[in-house]
Amino acid sequence: MAAAIELIGITKRFPGVVANDSVNLVVEEGEIHAICGENGAGKSTLMKILYGMIQPDEGVMRVEGQEVRFASPLDAIAAGIGMVHQHFMLADQLTVLENVILGAEPTRSGGRIDFDSAEQEFRRVAEAYGLVVDPDDLVEELEVGERQRVEIIKVLFRGARILILDEPTAVLVPHEVEELFRNMRELKEEGSTLLFIDHKLDEVLAIADTITVLRDGKTVATVKPEEVTAHDLAELMVGSDLPTPEAGESTVRDEIALEVADLTVQDEDEREVVHSVSFQVHKGEVLGIAGVEGNGQAELIEALIGITPAASGRISMDGTDITNLSVRARRELGLGYIPQDRHREGLLLPSPLWENAALGHQTKPPYAKGIWIDRKGARERTEEIVAEFDVRTPGVDTPAHALSGGNQQKLIVGREMVAEPSVLIAGHPTRGIDVGAQAAVWDDIREARRAGMATLLVSADLDELIGLSDRIVVMLRGRLVATLDPKSVTPRELGAHMTGANGGADA
Amino acid sequence: MNTSTTVWRRILLAAAAPVAAVLLALVLSSLVLLVVGSDPLDAFGRMVRHALRLETMVDILNRATPLYISGIAAAVGFRMGLFNIGVEGQYLLAAIVAAHVGALVALPAFLHIPFIVLVAMTVGAAYSGFAGVLKVTRGINEVISTIMLNAIAVSGLVAFLINRWQSGGAVTGGVGRVGTEPIPSSGRIPDLNGFVELFTREITQGKRLTGVLVIAVLAGVVFHLLINRTRFGYDLRASGINPIAAQVGGIPPKRMIVMAMIISGAFAGLVGLTEIMHIGFFPANPIQGLGFTGIAVALLGRNRAVGAALAALLFAFLDVSSGVLQFSGAPREIVVIMQGIIILAAVIAYEVARRAREREEARTAAEALEVNETEEVVA
Repeated sequence: MAAAIELIGITKRFPGVVANDSVNLVVEEGEIHAICGENGAGKSTLMKILYGMIQPDEGVMRVEGQEVRFASPLDAIAAGIGMVHQHFMLADQLTVLENVILGAEPTRSGGRIDFDSAEQEFRRVAEAYGLVVDPDDLVEELEVGERQRVEIIKVLFRGARILILDEPTAVLVPHEVEELFRNMRELKEEGSTLLFIDHKLDEVLAIADTITVLRDGKTVATVKPEEVTAHDLAELMVGSDLPTPEAGESTVRDEIALEVADLTVQDEDEREVVHSVSFQVHKGEVLGIAGVEGNGQAELIEALIGITPAASGRISMDGTDITNLSVRARRELGLGYIPQDRHREGLLLPSPLWENAALGHQTKPPYAKGIWIDRKGARERTEEIVAEFDVRTPGVDTPAHALSGGNQQKLIVGREMVAEPSVLIAGHPTRGIDVGAQAAVWDDIREARRAGMATLLVSADLDELIGLSDRIVVMLRGRLVATLDPKSVTPRELGAHMTGANGGADA
Repeated sequence: MNTSTTVWRRILLAAAAPVAAVLLALVLSSLVLLVVGSDPLDAFGRMVRHALRLETMVDILNRATPLYISGIAAAVGFRMGLFNIGVEGQYLLAAIVAAHVGALVALPAFLHIPFIVLVAMTVGAAYSGFAGVLKVTRGINEVISTIMLNAIAVSGLVAFLINRWQSGGAVTGGVGRVGTEPIPSSGRIPDLNGFVELFTREITQGKRLTGVLVIAVLAGVVFHLLINRTRFGYDLRASGINPIAAQVGGIPPKRMIVMAMIISGAFAGLVGLTEIMHIGFFPANPIQGLGFTGIAVALLGRNRAVGAALAALLFAFLDVSSGVLQFSGAPREIVVIMQGIIILAAVIAYEVARRAREREEARTAAEALEVNETEEVVA
């Protein structure tokens, strides 16, 4: 039996980069095949080639034994390949059914849409694969997991036998991930072939039949999940021994830099998302906040930097009550922030680097001189940041969007660090950046910690939390449920606290 | 050397878009002229020859002056992602109030002129700021509120006030139109004829080059410095580019919205000065639509001080030369079509240029990275 997909020597060059360097890949029919790799390893390029969105410079593609050449996704769809995009392509104002048939509408005479047969077909597809979603619901009312199911049904509706899922779990909360995996297994049993991109190794190991690892645009290994551990996979992805965060000697001092007392935060619907949280961070200390995403960490951060008001409670920094201060006032008092989503919260993408370096510090020298922006001073300071934090860029007038994610993050870390904050809030500071940049960010935090900076580290990366923190608190459903010592805690124990498996007894 | 070629490429890319837009507009307009049965070459030739006359140039500058200020007013909002559609209502209201108040007081010229300017800016700022306050406190989109406020200002307040404040007899502002009480000469900005004639022949046909041109140039300089050089301008641009990142960076979003609307409105208040300070009163049938054309001027000029100046001159040229089109058998309304075509062509050309520029920037950044890495290997 011919393989569902066979790629031989696929090469794709972009100006300045070889995104795929003679990639070989065999996906057997009816299997779940995972593609792993760091950001920039060439996963997305490969998927785009498979789906006909871009054309390879070299190499041969075979689908079910037939050599193919896709000029556009239409050709890929005709060959039975469907793509579930990471960012959903749905029309919010239309119903589920309307979205599914959009562009492939069954028609009656006179060009009218045949909704009856569309709905029959929809139900047939949905039931066959166990995909539960009401065809008459408006898409805007759906949750993320349901939207994803609509995307999957959309692809199946068009007759896809081979599904490409681009980082499908990135947008899901844990129970939705389980649901997705159930769906994926069901699809496999019904004979579909699934190819999915992911870099969460535990997920890959849980669902995949075969795993292919990409590094620097090359396929470095194809392995079976039974044969490898998450650590093995990570080393394959990185190509060397993993750098591990290591806090080293304690530098914790007596003075309290950040004190939060009985802080309660409400969301827009006035639901309490952070319940009466209290903690202290000392100078020279890294306090790690562990927790499954969506348990109030994001809202806690927003309240600390001042975007969301505290419903009750008190926040003080270096002894000053900042509970009712504006974001700017807090910043000027020495609050640094590495945002959890750098594109959304941290950067002005079309603006030059020096303007990005000024963001959050534009009221103070060297970025400002009275009411004026000090362009010369800002450029010089940015050049220092670029040199000291190893930001790879042609210059400080280059717009931020031209930089890779890791370099953007190094710029953000640099601009916060050179301001020598007394308290740093770091939200997932190494998320989505390559290992080299990750190690650099860890070094930077460690160095500032030695100098007496207090850090609040919110991260989903348990190794990062354990390795970098002096103390870890666990956040569950808006409460701090446990305080743990990173020297003795294992990721497994931490995971149990995060999911509430041990009842949060020691809260 | 490499960087200087890159700089040149960028400048070319920046200039290519507007030039391409105008060329495309020329081609399409020629087609329109052919369809209505006139010779495009003859028509354009007449327009250009007409424009080269000194008196026409005065007309063009007089027309460009309020258009430019209006464009600047719109650009302040655009740079922050706010659509102040209300320049129209703001300037008409500001002009009639300033004209009326200006006629009531007797002051020496060095106080009278700034007084009228200040009144006009204050009224424009207040009326526009109101839309800002509505957005911040009640969440009303500024497009909706400024359109509504336009209707209230133009058909309501101005129509009402002109009846109340209309002077007894026909005013002779040199044109013989009716309007508010004339402003005493101490409150009028003198024309620039004397200055221009230092360099040229005498300006004939009773044409007068408006002194408000000086205010327009000043407004452009202030706009440029404010937006590009001050902390406030940085905050404004940052809020326009990424409101969330701006907020995280300590920029108060609500305050910025209100401030941007107020400043936009203050510029808008200046638009009507050409009318009231040049002819000396607010006429019962004022020139309308300057506020809307200002949006087009800002768009074509990419919300930049110099760009908007070129755009305002182009629009003024088209407006003023529409008359001569009739000599080559084309209706003067063709000019409106041409203005529309220019805007459409500009929107397309700018988007194409933006994408080309982003690719270029990503490429140079990637190249620099490669060079860095090779250097490291060598080191």
